[in-house]
Amino acid sequence: MPAERRIAVLLLASTLAALGLAGVYIAGGQPQAEGALLGVALAGIGFALILWARGLSSEGAVVAERGPLGGTVEDEEAVEERVEEVTEEPGRRSVLRLFWAAGGALALSAVFPIRSLGPAPGNALLRTAWRPGSRLMDTDGRLVRVDTLQVGGTLTAFPQGAEKAGDSSVILIRLEEGQLQPRPGRESWSPRGYVAYSKICPHVGCPVGLYQADTHELLCPCHQSTFDVLDGARPNFGPATRSLPQLPLAVDPQGFLIAQDDFDEPVGPGFWNRD
Amino acid sequence: MGKRLFRWVDERLGTSHFARKAFDKIFPDHWSFMVGEIAMYCLVILIVTGVYLTFFFVPASGEVIYHGSYKALQGARMSAAYASSLDLSFEVRAGLVMRQMHHWAALVFLAAIVVHLCRVFFTGAFRRPREVNWIIGVTLLVMSMMNGFFGYSLLDDLLSGTGVRVGYSIALSIPVAGEWLAFLFFGGEFPNTEFITRFFVLHVLLLPALIVGLLGAHLAILWRQKHTQFKGRGRTEDNIEGSRLWPSYAAKSVGLFFIVTAVIAALGGLAQINPVWLYGPYDPAQASAATAGSQPDWYVGWLDGALRVMPGWEIRAFGHTIANPFFPGAVLPGLTFGVLYLWPFLERRFTKDRDPHNLLDRPRDAPVRTALGAATLSFYTILFIAGGNDVLSSVFRVAPESITNLFRVLIFVVPVLVFLVTRSACRSLARDHVHPFGGTVGSRVRRTPAGGYEAVDDDDPPPAEATRADLVAEAYRRPAPPAP
Repeated sequence: MPAERRIAVLLLASTLAALGLAGVYIAGGQPQAEGALLGVALAGIGFALILWARGLSSEGAVVAERGPLGGTVEDEEAVEERVEEVTEEPGRRSVLRLFWAAGGALALSAVFPIRSLGPAPGNALLRTAWRPGSRLMDTDGRLVRVDTLQVGGTLTAFPQGAEKAGDSSVILIRLEEGQLQPRPGRESWSPRGYVAYSKICPHVGCPVGLYQADTHELLCPCHQSTFDVLDGARPNFGPATRSLPQLPLAVDPQGFLIAQDDFDEPVGPGFWNRD
Repeated sequence: MGKRLFRWVDERLGTSHFARKAFDKIFPDHWSFMVGEIAMYCLVILIVTGVYLTFFFVPASGEVIYHGSYKALQGARMSAAYASSLDLSFEVRAGLVMRQMHHWAALVFLAAIVVHLCRVFFTGAFRRPREVNWIIGVTLLVMSMMNGFFGYSLLDDLLSGTGVRVGYSIALSIPVAGEWLAFLFFGGEFPNTEFITRFFVLHVLLLPALIVGLLGAHLAILWRQKHTQFKGRGRTEDNIEGSRLWPSYAAKSVGLFFIVTAVIAALGGLAQINPVWLYGPYDPAQASAATAGSQPDWYVGWLDGALRVMPGWEIRAFGHTIANPFFPGAVLPGLTFGVLYLWPFLERRFTKDRDPHNLLDRPRDAPVRTALGAATLSFYTILFIAGGNDVLSSVFRVAPESITNLFRVLIFVVPVLVFLVTRSACRSLARDHVHPFGGTVGSRVRRTPAGGYEAVDDDDPPPAEATRADLVAEAYRRPAPPAP
């Protein structure tokens, strides 16, 4: 087919596709048809242009000189001279220095509004919303009772009244009583086999949500750190460097699970002043 | 009519003088020069589709209850940002195609930038006098990656929220200033209600303005310095061979724009990308089944891989912590882009080559540079693959620990091997003058009258330096045009 003919076919196809695109839109739209028709409409013009470009010029490759990039020495000297006329004169140099000082001070003062962009870190990273006596509430808003979970069961819990606190989620697991080897000082933290660990990975903060009941391991789905639930959620493998903080649990007289206190260490990823 | 308008403009602006010179500007015909153009055209698509999306997107984290047409999420609580992303996908006619074109264009944009960077690196196009444009180019890469991440984060779905949390944690891990940096940049402890509005301003205003401005500088410098060109007969450091801007180059380049856009449009309509409705709204306590085995956009895959293969080490001393993610999340990218920025100057230091270069190296001409580049690419490729260690683990039914340990070894071994193999391949290619696409290697044979074969001593071998590319160039050559 001669080039003109092919160009004509392409442009005709493009025109039809564009009109079809308008039709699809008027008829209510359909993503696949929209994308395909727009693609045809654009590709028709594109290929037609490239075919057309081939016939536009018969001259083939053309060679041209580059010419010099830099200016002449006279140009450079002339510019330097004009600048030095202003800057190098003794009386002006001290004024220039004052200009620099004023400009620097202004730039410095312009840095301060950055402070308004966020609160001071303060205690925010060191504390969560857990308080002595906080009841555990699951993600459906139900309070957790001592009989809520069977052995091997897990759920995600928040402190009652602070369900939005992003740093306070815990994963609650019920083990056989006596299965857990509590760390020194944590013997009373896991009543009736209930143990609660911060759900925020100490690596980069993903929710440590996958519990493998057969191996008693918690797995972070983002970067595959694994934690040994029976051994204080010590990291077994992966980039995590610290155990998941453990929430001290108790059972209140009404049979609800409560926190004895906040975590005894910061939750989530590490930072400079963590320890 | 067109003529009268042109005259009208010319009388006021003097356009004809510039146009006359510009029409004769020479652009090389080599295909590898097209990749940067693809990136530029993707940017045009990103701006056009992006502006359309801003008409519908609500950059706010306030909670709403979804009542749209996507049944699986009806009645769910979610941020206004996520709800508006669903609405512009399902309720706005042509909205989904625009959103998917925007996402695909971003992916192709970064791919084209990286390939363009490789082209410039492996051919030595960054050498004097083009160091400044190299620096601008690396800056464009960094800004484009950042803007891709911000855009991805805006939708506030379960996947993107997890990504933001990772970014926050990396900021937090920076020694001394990390807590303040993270709190000021993200507007407080994560998760919070500030970052969507903030990322939105960065994504649609600040970074695009910087990217467009720097691209303008990139092109202006290119225009001033003119393109590089490959070696070939008649090509010297002082001339340039190719097509004139008008008409052939302009028509081809505009044609390329339409074809790039056509591909992006077809992808946007036919290839689903980032179906946020499947992931659900962000919830810091949840990692749903839909997000298991999910990977970030390809251009941050190497960082995710680095986070995964990093062993569980960190530094704790004098009451302070340098947390684990600092090394893969901040030191590695810092080194990566630091070395990229400095490369022209590092190379000059080692080769002592301070001359201006308009003729390009073929990769074999600089075996050490090419081998270093190939080794570096293999390093990041392994990190990228390591970012899918969970997927590999389930596909090959191997424990994730074994896969991760394997990558911890490969990350050091493979780049060394790639370096050695590439360097020796370059050296032997350069020694034997073999062109991958031209020339024949081997000996000629002649059939004897008796029916056997005998080797022929080639009395007239092709000139060693001549490649088929040269011969083609020769065939097309015409005398230089008279100076305009």
